[in-house]
Amino acid sequence: MTRPLVAVLDYGIGNLRSAQKALLRVGAEAHLTADSGLIADADAVVLPGVGAFGACMRALHDSGLGEQAISAAGSGRPFIGICVGMQLLYDASEESPGVDGLGVLPGEVELLPSHVKRPQMQWNRLQICRGDHPSMAGLEDPWLYFVHSYAAPVNENTVATVDYGGPVNAVVGVGNVWATQCHPEKSSQAGLSLLANWVQSIHEVSA
Amino acid sequence: MKVVRVIPCLDVDKGRVVKGINFVDIRDAGDPVELAAAYDAQGADELVFLDITASHENRDTTVAMAAAVAEKVFIPFTIGGGVRSVDDARRLLRAGADKVSIMSAALARPDLITEIADEFGSQCCVVAIDARSSSETESGYEVFTHGGRRASGVDAVAWAVEAEQRGAGEILLTSMDRDGTKEGFELTLTKAVVERTNIPVVASGGVGTLDHLTAGALEAGADAVLAASIFHFGEHTVAEAKDHMTAAGLTVRPCP
Repeated sequence: MTRPLVAVLDYGIGNLRSAQKALLRVGAEAHLTADSGLIADADAVVLPGVGAFGACMRALHDSGLGEQAISAAGSGRPFIGICVGMQLLYDASEESPGVDGLGVLPGEVELLPSHVKRPQMQWNRLQICRGDHPSMAGLEDPWLYFVHSYAAPVNENTVATVDYGGPVNAVVGVGNVWATQCHPEKSSQAGLSLLANWVQSIHEVSA
Repeated sequence: MKVVRVIPCLDVDKGRVVKGINFVDIRDAGDPVELAAAYDAQGADELVFLDITASHENRDTTVAMAAAVAEKVFIPFTIGGGVRSVDDARRLLRAGADKVSIMSAALARPDLITEIADEFGSQCCVVAIDARSSSETESGYEVFTHGGRRASGVDAVAWAVEAEQRGAGEILLTSMDRDGTKEGFELTLTKAVVERTNIPVVASGGVGTLDHLTAGALEAGADAVLAASIFHFGEHTVAEAKDHMTAAGLTVRPCP
């Protein structure tokens, strides 16, 4: 089986290299790139993100990658948003009022409850709501690493939640678009398994 | 659900782990990548690399080490020691570190905390505080620098509060009275910082037994417990630490 070409969108913020390295480990030909030709040619696209929602949206637009992300998510190719990259897919965030998100997924990202420590900076145990979703294949009682103060609302798109002052959206799946609030690239074997499932979905689309 | 993190801390000099780590199946006890992978396999939740020389000419070596670790090890890690500017932080984070820990430079110029938090997010800005008990400050604890040798006159608890206000995402709190003693964390200091701040607090300094790890989380309320020698010298595995903490009623991520 050939290694699928994966474009990890590089819009100049923080530590994006971990996602690329983890995807290389699980069998993807992952490139950290801002090249529109490479992104258009890729079999699948990753939208990573760290830091504030508004700052990430600004960096995405400044690098011209906002439109590319929307177009990739709408193309039917496998797409995954990670951490703030998940949050950017929604319409907006309480973190940055007045800043439009990419609007790929409906809803507004909300601040975590006030009675828990923010950020949630810890490993947490997934409560799987949709065990038949391909992202969860083969994952036995997975624990993943989280660093965030905001999260997308839990709804019918939610694949798994974690308990942090109530159910918090951890993984969503809507057709070709997957997103994780946790950092699978920093979650040891469980995270690598989730990413391997995503790479497997690329093979299935390409087949 | 609060899940307490267990964090081995590795001292690094010129890109090599020092203070002789003693695992049975390690070929090269100085190789940060091999040691990080071994701790990942044991179930460590995070790692902290402390660059103990951190002279200016060694920065490239440390950046290269961060890149090498990030290539092979998929758990979060922090690099501390010698981070003096936004540019230092950027290089380490771009290389693959998840967080940088700043200490003396933040004390000398507190705006650095805000600058790093604004540029990369609070989640990757750890403020490290080395504290000693002192009659000079209101809380009874004073910030020390230079490996605990130089008093700063700054109140350690008040500094933790200020660091949070300025944008720190985590406090790495080391009792220099306890560091190396194996007498356990300074629980009063740890508890004071936990109670006065709303960001995660990593307890450090003095762990000699598994009970000490438990006490840091259970009695002082630390979000994470850091230790070096009890893990490095094979006295206990991370799995033993977590079993002990679970038996005491704490929640931890199970080991593989």
